[in-house]
Amino acid sequence: MKKDRNYYKIKKAISQLLLYVVVCGLATVCLIPLYWMIRSSFMRNTDIYVMDPFIVWPKEMLWSNYIDTVNFMPFLKYTGNTLIILCGSMVGVLLTASLAAYAFARVSWRGRNICFFLILTTMMLPASVTIVPQFMIWKNLKSLDTYVPLILPAFLGGGAFNIFLLRQFFLGIPKDLDEAAYIDGAGHVRVFFQIILPLSKSALIVVGLFTFLNCWNEFFAPLIYLSDQNKYTLALGLLQFRGNYTSKWQLLMAASTIVAAPCILVYLLGQRYLLEGISMTGMKA
Amino acid sequence: MGWFFVTPALIGFLGLNLVPMLLSGYYSLCEYSVLGEPKFIGIGNYVQLFSGADTTFWPSVKATVSYAILAVPCNLAFAFAIALLLNRPMKGRALFRSIFYLPCILPAVASSFVWLLLMNPDFGLLNEILSFCHLPESQWLWGESSVIPSIVFMGIWATGSTQVIFLAGLQNIPSVYYEALEIDGGNILHKFWYVTLPMISSTLFFNLVMGIINALQVFSQAYILTDGGPNNASLFYVYNLWRAAFKYMSMGTACAMSWILFVVVLLLTLFVFRSSKRWVYYEGEG
Repeated sequence: MKKDRNYYKIKKAISQLLLYVVVCGLATVCLIPLYWMIRSSFMRNTDIYVMDPFIVWPKEMLWSNYIDTVNFMPFLKYTGNTLIILCGSMVGVLLTASLAAYAFARVSWRGRNICFFLILTTMMLPASVTIVPQFMIWKNLKSLDTYVPLILPAFLGGGAFNIFLLRQFFLGIPKDLDEAAYIDGAGHVRVFFQIILPLSKSALIVVGLFTFLNCWNEFFAPLIYLSDQNKYTLALGLLQFRGNYTSKWQLLMAASTIVAAPCILVYLLGQRYLLEGISMTGMKA
Repeated sequence: MGWFFVTPALIGFLGLNLVPMLLSGYYSLCEYSVLGEPKFIGIGNYVQLFSGADTTFWPSVKATVSYAILAVPCNLAFAFAIALLLNRPMKGRALFRSIFYLPCILPAVASSFVWLLLMNPDFGLLNEILSFCHLPESQWLWGESSVIPSIVFMGIWATGSTQVIFLAGLQNIPSVYYEALEIDGGNILHKFWYVTLPMISSTLFFNLVMGIINALQVFSQAYILTDGGPNNASLFYVYNLWRAAFKYMSMGTACAMSWILFVVVLLLTLFVFRSSKRWVYYEGEG
């Protein structure tokens, strides 16, 4: 009997060990591109071409690569431009998505279900289907080469995914709270601002994080709508490195690191909320 | 009162989705360059695309379909495998989950540039690893037959959100089912086949639908890395559409292409939905 128990103990320990080895191995593989980016950003260009001897980490870290990169591209200006779009979108998404989510979760009105269904169907609609007419509409509104096409859509509902996520969260807030407020004579506007929103901080953080990452990383819409180089966003600016500078790998990697760093930082700070948010809705942005 | 709250979202639905879609349908029947006015020509654009008079259409369909056929099962299988691993009781699970999700949040431009370096045929790390293991080296993004597998490979790296959704689904399976099977003498394979798979089927279904829709819209790698090359091997459908619209300024052709894509996505989604009745198990349906 005792031998039997030992046997199971050993078997369990081995399978646990195997699990750790496999997961750690996969995690390492997953991090290699990131490590390679940072490693190469500190190296001499000629060293990047050399694989033998293999350089795990450069002996001498060349911070000057970053100075050269910043001289090539107006990072501060592009960061400012990106932040303008980011702040505008953030306000728009948080405000209008939560308003719509409130209407779908808490107000009963005719046509609510059909409206909700219609808005959800836009998640299935390929973005490329509407991009050409949208472009023509903005062109006719004389908004090309401005930030209007990049910010204004955020004020028009903030995206079906965000509405859905917030609605699911609002549904989980006990109704007694609003009912107590109604008895005290509060209307929907007050309930929304003074009860629902303060109780939904974590969901709003998730939506905010997604909005940040989307705005920061987005290059398709800026590519189509912006033509003046002074108005470029960071992602679009980084794209300019392609072609002219693909032989200067150290600068390309330094620029990529600069653009990726704020994303990684924000992710590290908010990843707990973010991953819970995806799990909660079972969906992704 | 409900209407008041939902007005911005409704304007967005009409102005950003419904009206553009209808406009796109109309433009697809027109000859339309950005500068002129749309001129109605009937189904001419569609005829040109399907007949092969537009020589890029069928190659782009081929590239996209071969990408989707490879990418969708690979992404699902890999994400599911990671989720199964992370579902085992272990220390540091949250940390590993965060690491596996990290590639999803990196800017597409930055991560594409890194892959460009890693996959370089002459001094890239991947070929170095291959030659170290005495395996044949690859041309990766620069080879006509290897470019699509390379892009699929990059995609597998960034399946974090699919993994998280699978993991959430796995953690929702009540442990009593496994315990019951254990009492009946079931082994680990029985558990997987008779409990895990049926219980995860609705999550699998969701990921499959989204995976297909996303795969058919693959764009950024072609735009950032390959320009559709080499020899049109990665001329993805949406990249071709973008080129028609914003490089060659033939908006009519581009809209026809976007409507074809829309109908295909719709039909595929409906097909998967219908077939799902046979293999998706919803709890409480007996």
